[in-house]
Amino acid sequence: MNSQENAIEVKNLVKKFNEITAVNDISFTVSRGEIFAFLGPNGAGKSTTIKMLTTLLAPTSGCVLVNGFNPVTEQTKVRKSFGIVFQDPSLDDELTAYENMNYHGILYSVPRQLRQERIQGLLQMFELWDRRNHLVKTYSGGMKRRLEIARGLLHHPSILFLDEPTVGLDPQTRNLIWEYIKEMSKEENVTVFFTTHYMDEAARVAERVAIIDNGRIMAQGSSDQLKEQTKTESLEDAFLAITGTAIREEEASPYSRMRLIARRRG
Amino acid sequence: MNALYVLWIRQLKRYMRSRSRIIGALGQPLMFLIALGYGFGAIFQRAGAGNYIYFLVPGVISQTILFTSVFSGSEIIWDRQFGFLKETLVAPVSRFYIMLGRTLGGATVATAQGLIVLLLSHIVGYRMENYLMLPLAIAFMFIIALMFTALGIAIASRLTDFQGFQLIINFLVMPLFFLSGALFPLSNLPKSLTIITRIDPLSYGVDAMRGTLNNASHLGLGLDMLVTGTLTLAFLAGGSYLFAKIEI
Repeated sequence: MNSQENAIEVKNLVKKFNEITAVNDISFTVSRGEIFAFLGPNGAGKSTTIKMLTTLLAPTSGCVLVNGFNPVTEQTKVRKSFGIVFQDPSLDDELTAYENMNYHGILYSVPRQLRQERIQGLLQMFELWDRRNHLVKTYSGGMKRRLEIARGLLHHPSILFLDEPTVGLDPQTRNLIWEYIKEMSKEENVTVFFTTHYMDEAARVAERVAIIDNGRIMAQGSSDQLKEQTKTESLEDAFLAITGTAIREEEASPYSRMRLIARRRG
Repeated sequence: MNALYVLWIRQLKRYMRSRSRIIGALGQPLMFLIALGYGFGAIFQRAGAGNYIYFLVPGVISQTILFTSVFSGSEIIWDRQFGFLKETLVAPVSRFYIMLGRTLGGATVATAQGLIVLLLSHIVGYRMENYLMLPLAIAFMFIIALMFTALGIAIASRLTDFQGFQLIINFLVMPLFFLSGALFPLSNLPKSLTIITRIDPLSYGVDAMRGTLNNASHLGLGLDMLVTGTLTLAFLAGGSYLFAKIEI
């Protein structure tokens, strides 16, 4: 175990894809055991940052330490330090839910006994246990998402990355997931780094928040501090005050556009 | 070791569960065997070269292994598209073992397909020269399978979409197959074709199959072993290097 205080240290991190600068000179730290929300509009650079922290992408410049290790030069050590739930699917559709869980557990060296206990516990919690021996390709979207999260929680890493983990899930499931994560973080001092578009979720769960937009960090602090800075009532309003109300991508759904228009009028 | 096991067993399970793939991968070699075997059989015989089906079986087995191996290796493209690749890329094990596990899995599947073709060829009257050579034949099948699975992984590591897969089939697999001597004898060829067949790695695999199954090696099993073994190591090294460099 690394004794240093910060689980994640990022300094002057930059990522350019050809001419486009996706992440533009950002710096932040996340302390050990902290639950940290990384918020931003679509295309702000959240996933790119997570990819650089998790060894999937090499930075253009800047300094990154995850659990005290460099993701470029000490890849395996970094990979041993974290678990991740990706934004897009990463399950094997041709395997059963149980196999997906079990192979993940083996890859992450979770001892057999503990592995079986946790798999059963998590699959029961997410109401997938009865269908554990079905191929994942027969699952609905929500079931796949639940399995994805269950798998990410199987080994208890020292740092857990969650990239929009709860997208598309009902409020019951979302609550269940966050309760579990908060408890795990507290009991085992797990650092949690997550992104979400549900501002209420971030306000409730995260101890600290960073808001990124156009590849730059616009504000950092606790939810209360951000509200105070922007003189707003909720984190969502603070978020909009900081990032503006323009829609960033053609991907924005009609629903969020309607909501935005309603807000402007109201 | 854990990673090797997981990636290996995964390939096997996917293979066992995909019946259409097993049957599809067997249809082509059987068609070659029956259409070419019987079609050219009479001419081959008249030319004094013996029984064409006997000549063809080792070639068709090599072909099956080549196709299945390259396909298994290229599954990285699928895994990239459907997301599972990420799960293995962040796993807390060296990517070398991930790549090696995939290669072993793909090679096991390809060897199994080769053995099934060998078995099926007995229906059309094929018999091995000496069944005690079977273990050596299987060993060669596995080496050929490793070689081409690793090659598939090496190439697929650089590709990001399905279009690339078609390129692999047309510009790599087909020439490797047709220029390997799988369908024709390597003796008495025009000089230029002789040179090309000597460059084609599959030639040595086909020859090893003919040596072990028919006791009719043209190049010598020692040379076959040397070339296929060396290339297997080279492709494994190259494949694991390129696999380790994958970014998402």
